[in-house]
Amino acid sequence: MALFIVQLLTGLANAMFLFLVASGLSLIFGVTRIVNFAHGSFYMLAAYLASSLAAALPLGPASFYAAVVLAPLGVALLGGLIEVCLLRRIYRAPELYQVLLTFAVVLVIGDAVKFFWGTENRTGPSPPGLSGSVPILGQLFPTYDLAILLLGPLLALGLWWVLHRTRWGILIRAATSDREMVGALGVNQAWLFTGVFVLGTWLAGLAGALQMPRVALTTVMDSTVIVETFVVVVIGGMGSAFGALLGAVLIGVLQAFGILWLPREFQLAIIFILMAAVLILRPWGLLGRPETESGTAGEALRREVGGRLRPPRWVWAGILLALMVLPSLLPTFYVWVLVEILAFALFAGSLQLLVGTGGMLSFGHAAYFGLGAYGAALLMKQAALPMPVAFLLAPLVAAAAALFFGAFCVRLSGVYFAMLTLAFAQIAFAVVHQWYDFTGGDNGILGVWPAASLAAPVRYYYLALLAAVCGLSALWRVTGSPFGYTLRAARDHPRRCQAVGVNVRSHRLLAFGVAGFFAGLGGAVFAFAKGSVFPDYLSMPMSVQSLVMVLLGGIHALAGAPVGAAVYKLLDIVITKYTGYWQAVLGGILVFLVVAFPHGLVGFVQARWARMRASLG
Amino acid sequence: MLDVIDLDAYYGLSHILFGVCLRAARGEVVALLGRNGAGKSTTLKAIMGLVPPAAGRVIFRGEDITGKPPHVICRKGIGFVPEDRRIFPDLTVWENLEVGRSVEGNGERRWTAERAFELFPALKELARRRSDSLSGGEQQMLAIARTLMGNPDLLLLDEPSEGLAPLVVRTMAEHILRLKQAGITILLSEQNLHFATRVSDRAYILEKGRIQYEGGMAELSANAEVRRRYLMV
Ligand SMILES: Nc1ncnc2c1ncn2[C@@H]1O[C@H](COP(=O)(O)OP(=O)(O)O)[C@@H](O)[C@H]1O
Ligand SMILES: [Mg+2]
Repeated sequence: MALFIVQLLTGLANAMFLFLVASGLSLIFGVTRIVNFAHGSFYMLAAYLASSLAAALPLGPASFYAAVVLAPLGVALLGGLIEVCLLRRIYRAPELYQVLLTFAVVLVIGDAVKFFWGTENRTGPSPPGLSGSVPILGQLFPTYDLAILLLGPLLALGLWWVLHRTRWGILIRAATSDREMVGALGVNQAWLFTGVFVLGTWLAGLAGALQMPRVALTTVMDSTVIVETFVVVVIGGMGSAFGALLGAVLIGVLQAFGILWLPREFQLAIIFILMAAVLILRPWGLLGRPETESGTAGEALRREVGGRLRPPRWVWAGILLALMVLPSLLPTFYVWVLVEILAFALFAGSLQLLVGTGGMLSFGHAAYFGLGAYGAALLMKQAALPMPVAFLLAPLVAAAAALFFGAFCVRLSGVYFAMLTLAFAQIAFAVVHQWYDFTGGDNGILGVWPAASLAAPVRYYYLALLAAVCGLSALWRVTGSPFGYTLRAARDHPRRCQAVGVNVRSHRLLAFGVAGFFAGLGGAVFAFAKGSVFPDYLSMPMSVQSLVMVLLGGIHALAGAPVGAAVYKLLDIVITKYTGYWQAVLGGILVFLVVAFPHGLVGFVQARWARMRASLG
Repeated sequence: MLDVIDLDAYYGLSHILFGVCLRAARGEVVALLGRNGAGKSTTLKAIMGLVPPAAGRVIFRGEDITGKPPHVICRKGIGFVPEDRRIFPDLTVWENLEVGRSVEGNGERRWTAERAFELFPALKELARRRSDSLSGGEQQMLAIARTLMGNPDLLLLDEPSEGLAPLVVRTMAEHILRLKQAGITILLSEQNLHFATRVSDRAYILEKGRIQYEGGMAELSANAEVRRRYLMV
């Protein structure tokens, strides 16, 4: 009983932090409709900043508390700057651009933290006066956690007061249900957005600063907390601060007891299973509201720009010939680079079918890439199949998973679709990561080498080239087929399609399955090239990488995916040669791309080409 | 007061308004009539800046406001009450009014919640209620009251009688006439000719995005031919 109560209190104390971070994210989403991946980075930054301030301020024991107050303010200021300088430009852009821009901020802040504080884990100072423990029913409970348990409800009350008793709060709540109308009533939305962003960032910063004495500060705090926060916000309802409280308490308590009672395989997956269940049964969350017509925005940029660039056949033949001859001229290292590019071209090309042609923004496409890789490895290692058979069957494993998960996902659209794809990917990741007996857990599976006849680098390269050429041309055929046109029609006018009897869901599901299949093929190519598979093939950063490649090439440009994959990989190689801060450079490139080339590199060339032809008559 | 000159508007690639011209003089009530899909709502939204005008100009009190953001247009003195009312459902009646309240310091503050409640006494008792519990008529009143809180000189009402019970329609007509007495210029879109006849001085008929008829309300009532051709009544 005593253990039960102490565990409950621990869960609730954790819930208070989740609540602070999640309410901030939820408010920001409610008003601006931006899924802010950078929210966890502000949390991390505040924790580091607070620990340094606490050490540096000359105020004796009071420095700790001064740091807890000052660090969130500094981070909130930074948030406001980012909103004004970057996010303002993209409120009307499609979700993908918004997500990638906030992700660019994640990358830059992540590297900034590594630059200023190093990559070693740090421990924050202990809170003066609150560092001991108090006995509760014979069990020791940290005094600081007790203080958090008192502070949390006070902060929730304060937030309630701001949202319900101040004009500003009323405007925030109004804008959450219909921001366009708020503008028509004379409110300058730009400042409202900035204000909400600053408030939300401050809440994340406060959580980070308060967390400083409780946990080790690590450079992965940002991604851990953002994923948990997404879960909380989705469960509570996006845009609802009190949904965030409810979601946080549910998740905090569930995690606290999960550690005690659940087998390890489920501990990581349990919260994502809960999230998936909520999204399936009540997509708008426990306390959220269903999206209304007027609440959705950003359809302006769905249009495809520029003329189709249709290079004559000899261009393709030339490229193919170059790809055939190239490996015998290159050093082995670059042959493997090319193989990786081919694997990623399949991965990105399949995602492009979903995002570009289908208008379905997936945050979890790495699941199918990773399942293809694991499928290949497990079929060979556990089922003892010969390598070529494993290679051919692996995409089917991914496609089967995609059809199963997709059946739930295609019932939703927009951000909710994206969140459910993320939930399923996290479930797959958690299972692979924790199921040591079958998947090797985080040790991965080693010795996944191609059959002897294919093992020479150039030979394996030809296999990869064959897979990529077949895969990409199949994907392009699908895009150009009547099925592809229906997908596009369903993307642009879902209701009109429904009205004329098109089954939008089954078309989307089929596209999801096809995309899963080719992502899986890419995963299989990648697995045998690396000789090993690891859980991070399925992880969120991997999913984001594929989105970046698609964006680099241009989401509506057919040739975008391979170009995006190649440019991404080459940038990676070149930049890592000169600096350890590849992520920050990538973040900068992303910002530049989203702001300057929103249609990607190939899209840019296509638009130029169309203009040139028009001017030549 | 308001001059709309050769206005064109699009939704994406579909061309909706073709050279719409209309004007409203100070103190007038002007009706914009037409069948469903004629472009009435689009015209009002284009004036308000909610749909970007592709060509043409909107002149308000001598100032060109074409393409300005909605909040700027609102602050210049144009209030918009949308067709579907767009009440904030999570907010109470009083909070809805607060969103509409103008905080600009200049000029006397003509509209307050108290004055809005005087005009719509039914709302007063509901002030603390969540607005999604209101009836259709009450929501329409709230939508108008909310817009009045911004002290508009010109009110754009999109189908104020739509979806209301006959008895409520009659009260709504009285409310509109009272607003006219208070010196507010009104441009309203309608499909209910009877209602429009009761409240308006002049009318325009819109069909397929073009103005097809312009004239006094009394003349329109007398002209059965035009009514049959454009309004099916
Ligand atoms: N958001 C929109 N997107 C695309 N087309 C629209 C949209 N709203 C209205 N339309 C089209 O514009 C035309 C005019 O609509 P509207 O101005 O609402 O007419 P009215 O208010 O006279 O009924 C109609 O053909 C309608 O289908
Ligand atoms: Mg209308």
